[in-house]
Amino acid sequence: MSKSKTPAHHIIHSDWHVRYNYPVGEVGAHFFDGLKEKKILATHCAASKMTYLPPRAYCERSFNTCDEWIEAGLEGTIEASTIVTAAFDNLPPPPYAIAYVRLDGVSTAMLNFVKNMDLSDVPAAANQLQPGRRVKVKFIDQPEGRVTDFHYVLA
Amino acid sequence: MTGINVAVIGTGQTAFRSRYDDKTYPELAQEAVVLALHDAGVTHEEVDAIVFSMAPTEFMGVHDCEKWAVDYVWARGKPFMRVHTGGATGGSAFQAACAHVSSGQYDTVLVVGADRITETPDAQFVLNLIWDYFYEHDFALNTVTMTALAAQRYMHKYGTTEEQFARVVVRARRNALNNPTAHLKGHITVEDVLNSARISWPFKLFDICPRSAGAAAVLVTKESLARDRCSKPAFVSGTSGISNTVFMGDRMGPFAETDFADQAELVIAANKCYSMAGITNPIKQIQATELYDPFSTFQFPILESLGFCKRGTAQHLSDDGAFDMDGEIAINPSGGTLCTNPIGVTGLVRVADAARQIMGRAGDMQVKNARNVLATAAGGSTQFGVITMLSDEPRRKTASI
Repeated sequence: MSKSKTPAHHIIHSDWHVRYNYPVGEVGAHFFDGLKEKKILATHCAASKMTYLPPRAYCERSFNTCDEWIEAGLEGTIEASTIVTAAFDNLPPPPYAIAYVRLDGVSTAMLNFVKNMDLSDVPAAANQLQPGRRVKVKFIDQPEGRVTDFHYVLA
Repeated sequence: MTGINVAVIGTGQTAFRSRYDDKTYPELAQEAVVLALHDAGVTHEEVDAIVFSMAPTEFMGVHDCEKWAVDYVWARGKPFMRVHTGGATGGSAFQAACAHVSSGQYDTVLVVGADRITETPDAQFVLNLIWDYFYEHDFALNTVTMTALAAQRYMHKYGTTEEQFARVVVRARRNALNNPTAHLKGHITVEDVLNSARISWPFKLFDICPRSAGAAAVLVTKESLARDRCSKPAFVSGTSGISNTVFMGDRMGPFAETDFADQAELVIAANKCYSMAGITNPIKQIQATELYDPFSTFQFPILESLGFCKRGTAQHLSDDGAFDMDGEIAINPSGGTLCTNPIGVTGLVRVADAARQIMGRAGDMQVKNARNVLATAAGGSTQFGVITMLSDEPRRKTASI
């Protein structure tokens, strides 16, 4: 809105550099070790019949511990998506597509990039990514136990 | 909520704009307090407790900045707390203040906050940091992309077009012309919205709120004092809040309890608020709303979850002018969050604007015969919802205290 008339020497500049180390926890460790074997492992609760991705230690619906690991299907269904065409600090260069996908056998949807698409015509690309559209999981060649070890491609 | 009846007797808002280089953060908060105390005709000595409304502090760059503001808002020597539920912060802070008074612990409580979003050049980088580092952070989530995901799902469910969302922006900017503190305002066209730069499908630049700096303060007190101090207090006839899982992917598909696209958890919160306030037919009994709508796509699912119309019909009512100032119900006479978004106080601005409608102090924004006006707030991964009803009478049953 209004252009500031404040002289530059009255503006103090700063950057924050803060370092962190995040433990993934026992449940996370199992999931991320699974990725190294190109498996997506979900937790299952026998009481509620819910199968969770991202994996949960505890089922919030039944108030029970999730008691089983289940290997998710490597195909799934888009529940929501968007195509990003603006640049944001520290985020990938545009354009890129992201989607929540419910993998086969899983109750909840998990977010990831949808790659190998022509995104030059945004409305046309959005039309390809409608809820209900089937996608496949594609792993990178050398998984390192990070959620970025895989992404989605159109089936 | 039972207990002592609570009313708003004064509000204060600074003008909202991109930057305030002539004031520091606590000086900005102080300005809103002075305005609210003057509006209420109350001195700072009469304030018993302060609730500070502030969301993530990384935008303005001083961690836990509420401590910086303590003396500026005359809190020294008094109970003070900060409330933070992301974008819903202002609604939650107001709810906490109401509980302070309703419980009988304090008579008069000040809710105040300030925010400045452009101290850092890209707010969406900060907003990316609110997601976990294990499963979601890597996939470029921020509030724009998060809401774009919900919008695309909503469009798929109900066949909504980009033009229909654009009409919401046109109405908001037009309404904001009547609001002296609004950040963005003016006569724009549907084409202007459609021709603005694409950001994240289906959003163009004009579908998205600005980053606003400014402050707001609201003074609440018990009924007996309110009637003594104010000819037309805005009574808090209902207040409710709800939270949901951070995982948006849990809120989609056949196993979801509530649909992310519909902001369906608000149905539960609305029913609670309406039962307190005696509302059985929202579209007939509520004259105006101040919705928390930082994106053009928020209004339709919120209005449907609040029971103003059936699922998938808000877009058609909007096209027909039902939500205009002279329509069936005035939606966001202030221009709403689409025109002004100082994140940490936006929910409080919604309450203040709704209260001024009841108090008859809304100026050019005034809706005639406003007896019940609704304010909402939303935060986190659209996972926190707060609903507040301001009314010309308490409506609620008073407990015998």
